[in-house]
Amino acid sequence: MTLNRRTMLKAGAVAAALPLLGSRAFAQTEPLKIGFVLVGTINDNGWNYAHNQARLYLEEQLGDAVETVYVENVPEGPDCERVLRELAQQGCKLIFATSFGFGDSVIKVAEQFPDITFEHATGYMRSANVGTYNARFYEGRAVCGTVAGHLSQTGKAGYIGSFPIPEVVMGVNAFVLAARKVNPEFTITPVYLSSWNDPAKEADAARAMIDQGIDVIAQHTDGPAALQVAEERGIVGGFGQGADMSAFAPNAQLTSIIDNWGPHYVKTAQAVIDGTWESKDSWPGLAEGEVEIGAYGPKVPEDVVAAAEAVKQGQIDGSLHIFTGPINDHTGTERVAAGVTLTDEELLSMDWYVEGVIPPA
Amino acid sequence: MSTELLIAIIITVVGASTPILIAALGELVVEKSGVLNLGVEGMMLVGAITAFVVTFTTGNHYLAIVCAAGAGVAASMIFGFLTLSLSANQTATGLALTIFGTGFSALAGQGYSARPVTLLGPLFPAELATHPVWRVLFGYSALVYFSLIMVVVVWFFLKRTRAGLILRAVGENDLSAHSIGYSVIGVRYAAVAFGGAMAGIAGACFPLLLTPQWAERMTAGRGWIAVALVVFASWKPFRLLAGAYLFGLVMTMELYAKAGGGPLSSIPSELWAAMPYLATIVVLVLISIRRDASSNAPACLGRPFLPSN
Repeated sequence: MTLNRRTMLKAGAVAAALPLLGSRAFAQTEPLKIGFVLVGTINDNGWNYAHNQARLYLEEQLGDAVETVYVENVPEGPDCERVLRELAQQGCKLIFATSFGFGDSVIKVAEQFPDITFEHATGYMRSANVGTYNARFYEGRAVCGTVAGHLSQTGKAGYIGSFPIPEVVMGVNAFVLAARKVNPEFTITPVYLSSWNDPAKEADAARAMIDQGIDVIAQHTDGPAALQVAEERGIVGGFGQGADMSAFAPNAQLTSIIDNWGPHYVKTAQAVIDGTWESKDSWPGLAEGEVEIGAYGPKVPEDVVAAAEAVKQGQIDGSLHIFTGPINDHTGTERVAAGVTLTDEELLSMDWYVEGVIPPA
Repeated sequence: MSTELLIAIIITVVGASTPILIAALGELVVEKSGVLNLGVEGMMLVGAITAFVVTFTTGNHYLAIVCAAGAGVAASMIFGFLTLSLSANQTATGLALTIFGTGFSALAGQGYSARPVTLLGPLFPAELATHPVWRVLFGYSALVYFSLIMVVVVWFFLKRTRAGLILRAVGENDLSAHSIGYSVIGVRYAAVAFGGAMAGIAGACFPLLLTPQWAERMTAGRGWIAVALVVFASWKPFRLLAGAYLFGLVMTMELYAKAGGGPLSSIPSELWAAMPYLATIVVLVLISIRRDASSNAPACLGRPFLPSN
C-alpha cells in the first residue's frame, strides 16, 4: 500500500474510531461492496422481497466482510444502465441484477467495468465478468401442478404471467405436465399482462378466469392479488409466488413456492472475496434449498400432500425430471422423445408450449 | 355467451371503470376552471395509501374514503399553491406532483405491503342481489353508486348552477371574469381541491374495490388514463361516463378474451394496453379537424392567471 494523503486520512479515521469499534477494526480490510438492482420494491411480498431477504441473509452471514446497497424500481431498459454505472462508480465490486430484462444493460456496462463482477438473475448472456444465476422454480411448479391436478374440479387452471419469456413459459409447462400426470384432461390458460406490477389488473385477470370456469390459478407476477380473488370467490385455490402468502388467502393458498436466494449470494460474495469467482451459470433448485415448498393449505387432503411431497422428493433425489419425454407440444406434435430429458440450454430458451396449454396468440 | 358470463363481465367492467371515472370527473372540473393538473396519478396514490392505512387501522371503509379524499385535497393544495399563488408552470408542477405522490405513497406504505384488508362490501343488502340480473344493479359497493351520482352532480353543477357558470367563465376567459369581480384564483383553488378529493377517492377504489392490499404504484397508470379520458370526452360529463366505461370495457375484455379464448384473444396485449391512448389520439384528431363548438376545450386551459400583465 502506498502511503498517500488518502490512506493517511483513512488510517486517522480508523484510529479515531478505535475506542468505539474495539478490536474489530484491526482485522477488517475494506469490505466488499455489493449492489443489488431490483425491478420492483422490496415490499412486494414476492420476487423482490425474496431478493432483499437474501441480501439481509448475506449481510448476516458475512458480517463486516460485506457492505450492501440496493436500488428499487429500476425499469428494464436504458435506465438500468445508468443505475448499474452509478453503482459501479460508488465502488460496488459485485453487482446483482435481479430481473430478466436487465440482461442487455448488464452486458454493456460490464464491458466498461472489467474489474467488477456482475451476476444477472434468470438471464442467459454471460461474459468474462458476467455470470448468471437462477433457481429451478419449475421444480416447484411441478409440485403445485400435482396439487392442482388432484384438486381441480373443472380440470382448468389459469396462469397469470407478465411476459412470455422462457422462465415463465417453462413454469406454465412444468405446471401442466405435472397436473396431466394426475388428470390427463387438465388444461391451463396463460394470460400475459405486460406488467410485473399491476395488482388491479392481476385481480381482474383472476376474475376473468374464474368467470370462465377456471378453478385453480397460478401466477408468475409478484403480488397476492390473484390469490385474494380466489379466496373471495371461494374457488379451489391458488399458489403463493416467491413467498408464503397465506396471510392474504388463508383458505385459497394451496401451497407456495418460496424463493431462497440467500445461499447463492453468500457463495458468490465469498468467491469474489477469495478471488475464486468465475463466470458460469448457477441453477440450483429444490435439492439445494434455493427453491422451497411452503406449508400446504387446509384444503389439501393428506393423500394429495403425499403425492405432492413425492414429486418434490423425486426432484430432490433426481429420480424425477418433469421435462422428461415423451412430451408433445400444444399442437400434439412430439417434441421430446420418450426417455429423453430436455437440457438446461433447451429449458432456458423454451419458447413452445406443451400439450394441455391453451396458447395465447 | 351465457347470461351468467355476460353479467360477470359487466360487474368486472364496472369495477375497472369506477376509479377512472371518479378521477376523470375531478379532473374535468379542474380543467373547466382553466387549470391543467397532471398530478392525478400521484394524488390517486396518496389516496390509495391513505385509504389502505385507515382501513387497516380502524376497519372503517367509509372513514377511509373520507380520509383518502382529504389526503387528495392536501396533495392538490401543493399543486394549487405553486401554480395559482406562485403562477408556476402547470404542466411541470403537475408532473412533479405525480412523482411526489408516487414517492410519498411508497414511503408511507412501507411495512404495509404484507397486510391484507377487506374490500368494501355491497351497499344494498344481499337479498336484493340474489338473482344475477339484480346483481348487475344492486351488487356493487357505495363507490360505484357514488361515481354515477357524481356524473349527474358535475353535469348539473356545470350546466345548471350559477357557481358552475362562474367556474366555466373563469376557465374560458379569466381576465373578463376577474374584471367583473370574480376571484379567479379562489374559484380555481376550489376546483383544484375538488379534483384532489375525487382523485383521492379514485385512489381509495384500489384497496377498497379492486384488490384489498397495498402495493407500491398500484394505480399503474390509471391516473393518466383519466387525464386522457377528459380530452376523449371533450370535457362533457356524460361523454366522460361513456368513455370511462368504454376504457374499462377495453381493459377488461382483453383479460376475458385471453382467459376464455375466442377471436379477440389474438389481439396482442400491447395493443390492448395502448387502446385508451389511441382512442384519445383519434378523438383529438377529430376535434382539431372539426374545430367548431364541439371542441369544448376551456380557452384558458393551462395558462397561469396574471392579471397585472
